[in-house]
Amino acid sequence: MSRKLLDLWVGFFVALGLAAVLFLALKVGNLSAANFSETYSLTAKFVNIGGLKVRAPVKSAGVVVGRVAEIRFDPETYEAVVTFTVDARYRFPKDTFALILTAGLLGEQYIGLDPGGDEKMLKNGDVIAKTQSAVVLEKLISQFMFNKASEGPNEK
Amino acid sequence: MTAIAGLGHRVNDALQRLGFASRFFLVLLRHSGQSFRRLHLTVREIYFSGFQSLLIIMVSGLFIGMVLGMQGYETLQRYGSADALGILVALSLVRELGPVVAALLFASRAGSSITAEIGLMKATEQLTAMDMMAVNPIARVVAPRFWGGVISMPLLAALFSATGVFGGYLIGVVFIGVDDGAFWSQMQASVDFRYDIWSGIVKSFVFGIAVSLIAVFEGYDAQPTAEGVSSSIKGTVVKSALAILALDFVLTSFMFREA
Amino acid sequence: MSADNLVEIRNLDFAYEDRPILDGISLAIPRGKVVAIMGGSGCGKTTLLRLIGGQLRPTRGDVVVDGQSVPSLKDDELYALRRRMGMLFQFGALFTDISVFDNVAYQMREHTDLPEELIRDMVLLKLNAVGLRGAHHLMPAELSGGMARRVALARAIALDPMLIMYDEPFAGLDPISLGVIGQLIRQLNDALGATTIMVTHDIQESLLIVDFIYFMSEGKVVALGTPDEIRASRHPFVHQFVFAEADGPVPFHYPAEPLARELLGAGRSEFS
Repeated sequence: MSRKLLDLWVGFFVALGLAAVLFLALKVGNLSAANFSETYSLTAKFVNIGGLKVRAPVKSAGVVVGRVAEIRFDPETYEAVVTFTVDARYRFPKDTFALILTAGLLGEQYIGLDPGGDEKMLKNGDVIAKTQSAVVLEKLISQFMFNKASEGPNEK
Repeated sequence: MTAIAGLGHRVNDALQRLGFASRFFLVLLRHSGQSFRRLHLTVREIYFSGFQSLLIIMVSGLFIGMVLGMQGYETLQRYGSADALGILVALSLVRELGPVVAALLFASRAGSSITAEIGLMKATEQLTAMDMMAVNPIARVVAPRFWGGVISMPLLAALFSATGVFGGYLIGVVFIGVDDGAFWSQMQASVDFRYDIWSGIVKSFVFGIAVSLIAVFEGYDAQPTAEGVSSSIKGTVVKSALAILALDFVLTSFMFREA
Repeated sequence: MSADNLVEIRNLDFAYEDRPILDGISLAIPRGKVVAIMGGSGCGKTTLLRLIGGQLRPTRGDVVVDGQSVPSLKDDELYALRRRMGMLFQFGALFTDISVFDNVAYQMREHTDLPEELIRDMVLLKLNAVGLRGAHHLMPAELSGGMARRVALARAIALDPMLIMYDEPFAGLDPISLGVIGQLIRQLNDALGATTIMVTHDIQESLLIVDFIYFMSEGKVVALGTPDEIRASRHPFVHQFVFAEADGPVPFHYPAEPLARELLGAGRSEFS
């Protein structure tokens, strides 16, 4: 086989392989959707984060705007400290509300951001003051049963 | 007593071979310059080990993806989450099946033929003849085959995963009727480039080094007889498979510890 | 020893692991001559060629080629020396994945920057010298044994070496090919002004073409001389070799107990 033809086939092979990598990156993975080239990081404290994990999405109005970068436990306040990065294109007001939500009934947990109305915007390293913890199913159920039990006698 | 002595001998032999293999690897790296200065030597090997493995890799990838699509749908629809089929297919492929199965196929398709070629060249004194012509066989024969394999492997694994995802799409979306948008969007939402795809590529790169090294070493170290070459080919396939699976365990536990 | 010797081997010992192959051997190869080294199978002839080419290192003693001590050369110096050596291997050792043309062109392409047209002319000249110019496009698998040997010969002389070494050039050839190869060895040596060392056990063919013969047995030189001296020699070893007698100083039998004792004695001793 001549060297030219060989080069041609190898070139074809390498191009095909690189196309596969590109396909995986753009179509299968989220490189196109969630590759935040420039980000800033925010911190929020939660009483309970439920099943939130590192790399979980941060969404606002259902749009992914960032990712959870780090989860720590604060031994002084006994709270979970969650640091997450947000795409630099998106700015949020100072009084933005951070909640831990669940996708569907049993799906993965993510952080939802509800923008407030403040004029000042959050900067890199800021702490979000207003948070709401994850809804833990067991707690919800026990609370519900406790309420039922306590209101039972009144109706009688 | 003789059993213990026999075991001792085998351990001794194995360690000696490991030592020789390590020394061989260093010599190989030292003589790798020519593989890149005279690129056509390596390009030729990419043709043989990479391009010629395309068909088997893509066909196998397609079938594995189709099986994943069917089995995944079976299980997921019980929990009403058939929409997550894309996640299941893509994650299994890019994290595990792509690199591992592609490397296993590569070892038996390209690795064994590299071993056979080098082993036969040794048995027919071609390597000695080359050495007598003042051409270093490690630089001229061994290193280009090694680098050709190392370069081909990640590309083949990526192709395997890509055709696999396509196979899953074909079964899940086209035949079974999972929602097209949900299939892709759920997949994109949970497959992370750096975390899942990149670590898959790193895996396949490491497998490429392991398989190519085993293949060239087994060939170079073959007994120069018909039996010797055939047992070296067997050695390449068996040792590559073990190395791939063991390395996969080690790499996976490093990469996905926090998940 | 004089400077007229291209190769000198001095008091050389060589052993594989514990098995001694060469035992204090000394010999000299004069420039421009065709010298044969003879002996039975397994007497260390091929090992000797590998020592001269620097592929093996002697346990003791020295190999001097063109004034350089081969065992003490560094890798790149050894490769520089080998560019001036050509070697024909017992079974040709042609590269089976490339054509006859590319085999002969191999060293020219590896070691020189000559333009492809010039290489083409040189390759065709070398192939013409061995009578196979018309076969340049064939693959090694398509050649007969004798043709493969001639191609390997053309490849060995590709860079006009000062020293050509042949390992059993006559093994497994039919009488016609054998004569052809013999004549080529002599002609090429004289045409290139080279020196030839030929390791063989084919005495009749060698006597016709060589200038000098060494006889080896059990790692030592046991006899030496010009073809005429060898023919007239009364040395029992040489006599056995030249006239192909089955028994003599080289025994027909591998060392063993006498047959009668092994067949009868052993059995009887068990019963008695």
